[in-house]
Amino acid sequence: MFDLRTDMALVKVHDLKMHFPIYTGVLRRHTGDVKAVDGVSFDIIEGETLGLVGESGCGKSTCGRAVLRLYDITSGSIVIDGDDISTMSQDDLRRKRPTMQMVFQDPQASLNPRMTVAGIIGEPLDEHTKLTKSEREARIYELMDQVGLNRDFANRYPHEFSGGQRQRIGIARALALNPKFIVCDEPIAALDVSIQAQVVNLLEDLQERLGLTYLFISHDLSMVRHIADRVAVMYLGKIVELASRDDLYSDPLHPYTKALLSAVPEPDPTLHDTAERVILTGDVPSPSNPPKGCNFCTRCPAVMDICHRVDPEFLTVRPGRQVACHHYSETKNTNVDQPVT
Amino acid sequence: MPDGALPVLDVKDLKTVFRTRQGEVHAVNSVSFDLRPGELLGVVGESGSGKSVTMMSLIGLLPTPPAEVRNGQVLFGGKDLLKTDDDTLRAIRGARIGFVFQDPMTSLNPVFSVGYQLMEPLRKHMGMNKAAARKRAQELLELVGIPDAGRRLKDYPHQFSGGMRQRVMIAIALACDPQVLIADEPTTALDVTIQAQILELVKDLRQKLGMAIVWITHDLGVIAGIADRVIVMYGGQIVEHAPVRDLFANPQHPYTRALLETIPKVHGARDDRLRVIEGQPPILGAAPEACPFRARCTHRFERCDRENPPRVPVGPDHDAACFWDAGTGGERDV
Repeated sequence: MFDLRTDMALVKVHDLKMHFPIYTGVLRRHTGDVKAVDGVSFDIIEGETLGLVGESGCGKSTCGRAVLRLYDITSGSIVIDGDDISTMSQDDLRRKRPTMQMVFQDPQASLNPRMTVAGIIGEPLDEHTKLTKSEREARIYELMDQVGLNRDFANRYPHEFSGGQRQRIGIARALALNPKFIVCDEPIAALDVSIQAQVVNLLEDLQERLGLTYLFISHDLSMVRHIADRVAVMYLGKIVELASRDDLYSDPLHPYTKALLSAVPEPDPTLHDTAERVILTGDVPSPSNPPKGCNFCTRCPAVMDICHRVDPEFLTVRPGRQVACHHYSETKNTNVDQPVT
Repeated sequence: MPDGALPVLDVKDLKTVFRTRQGEVHAVNSVSFDLRPGELLGVVGESGSGKSVTMMSLIGLLPTPPAEVRNGQVLFGGKDLLKTDDDTLRAIRGARIGFVFQDPMTSLNPVFSVGYQLMEPLRKHMGMNKAAARKRAQELLELVGIPDAGRRLKDYPHQFSGGMRQRVMIAIALACDPQVLIADEPTTALDVTIQAQILELVKDLRQKLGMAIVWITHDLGVIAGIADRVIVMYGGQIVEHAPVRDLFANPQHPYTRALLETIPKVHGARDDRLRVIEGQPPILGAAPEACPFRARCTHRFERCDRENPPRVPVGPDHDAACFWDAGTGGERDV
C-alpha cells in the first residue's frame, strides 16, 4: 500500500528542516536557531488536497514556503513532479517554477498596487512564455473568466476590488502558467465568512477542472475539513498527526489534535452545553528553545514520564495514519516487533 | 427580560455617519437595543456591518470629525450618554463601562509596565493611593489567571504572550468594577486553544462578578457558546435579534439563515459543497431607502426595493427586519 501511494505522489517531502539562525551580542555570534520547521515528511498525491493545520507560530507557513524553495532550506529533500528541488540551482529552479505556484494570505499585500489586473495576471506569462500580444491578452481573459472576474475590469487597479475579488486575482496569477501544484497559504483568512465560502468553492472547482494538487495551509479547522482529502497537524515545527480527513476529524489520535478539535467553537448552542472540552493550559513554547523530549509535553493532558525524555517518532500506527506520540508507539511496537528508541 | 428589571444600557435609534471626501458613509442606521443586567449580548456581523462603530458611538470613542453621531439616545444610569459633557463621559468610560479591544498588542502601551497600566484607572477613577492600587492590581491579575501576579506587575506588554496580554486587557477593563463590559472581537487575534481559555475565563468571571457584557464578534461559533441573546447586524442595521438558542434553532432573516449555512462544521455531517451568499456587502453611501440585503437575498419581493423593512416581532423576544415570512414562505403583511 505504501509503495502504491508513493508512486502516485506528486510532491514528496522528506525530513524537511528550516532553521533560522539567531545572532546575538556585539560580535553577532551564532547562538542558536529558531527551528521553524524541524523534520517534516509528507507526500501529496496528484489531484488531492493536503490540509496543513496548526496554530500561529507552529511553522505551517514556513513549511509551505520551504516546500517551494522560497527559502534556502537547512536540510531534507523535496521532490516535486519527479525533480528533487532541494538542491537545485537557482536557474534550474526558475525553469521549474511554472509547475509550482502559490496563493498568498493577504491579497492586499501580495498584489502590486501600481499594476493593473491585466498586468498582474500577465506578469508570469511575460516572464516564462513567449506569447504574442494577442495570445497574451486572450490568456488573461481566459484566466479572468476561470476565476469569475469580469473581463471589463482588466485595466483596473487592485484597490478598486473587494477582498474576495482580490483573492481571485491572486488565484488567476497562480494559474497563469498551468501549474500542477499550488501552495495555498491561508488564502481565506483575511476574508469575511460569506466571502470565504465563495473562494473555497472556486478553489474546488478549479481543482476538479484542471486536476490541480493543493497544499492548503490554514488555522481554520472547519474549513480544512471541508476542502482537504488528508490533513496534517503541525505543532512547534513538527507534524504530530497525519490522517485522512474523515479519520482525523471523527477519531483524532494525538492529544494535541484532540484538544485542537475540541477548542473549535461550534455554531450550535445545545452542543456547547453537552460537549466535553479539553482546555489546554499555557502557551506554545518558543521554537528557539523547544522542550526536551516531546514538543507537546509541556501542555499535554496525557503526558507520561517518557515524554519528557524521548522525542516520539512519527510512526504509521494504522494504514494511512501517522502519529508522533508515545501513547501509540507501543502499539506499533507490539504489532511490528520493532523496538522503540 | 422576564423579571422586568430595567436595562443597564438602552440604545434608541442610533445613527452614525462618517464624512469622507467621497461623500457620506452611513455606518450605523437607526440601531436600537437594550442590555439587561447580568446578561451577555452577542453582536454578530461581517466587517463593515457597523457592529464596532455602534459600540464606539455609544461612549464617544469615535474621532469627530469624520464621525458624527447624528441621532439617537443612549440611556445609561438615567443619563443620555450622547448629551453628557466630555468630563462626565470620561468618568464613566473605563470606570462604569469597561472595554476590551481586539488586538491586545496595539491597545496596551508598550513603554509602561503592565502594573502601571492596571493601576492607572484605579488611581484616576477610584482615587486609590499607590499601595492600595498595587494590591488591587495584583488581585486583578490573579483573578484573570496570570500566574505569579505580584512579580509580573513589573513586566512590560512584550513580555507577555498574546493570550496573557488579552487577560491583562480584561483585568484593566474590570479594574473599577464596571456595570457594563464591551468586548470588541476580543478573541479574534488569538489561536483556538487560547481562545478556548479566554472564553472559559469570561464565563467564570461573569458568574463571579455579574456584570452585563456586550460581545462583538464575526464568529457564530463563539456566540453560540457564551451569549444569552444575539443581535445580527448587516449594512449598518440590526436585521435580527433573538435569544441564542432561538436564533440558531429558528433563524428568521434570510441573511442569518444564509450565514448559518455557509459555515462549515468540525463535528457532525460534512457537506460536499459549501453554500455561498452570492455578491458583496453593500456600500453605505446613502441613508437606506430599501432593504440592505436585497441584492443578495433569495426571497426578494418587489417591496424590498422600495422600503426598508422595520423590525417585526416573530416570536418571544425575537424580531427580524424582513418582509419575508419564514413560516409561510410568503410576504409578510406589515
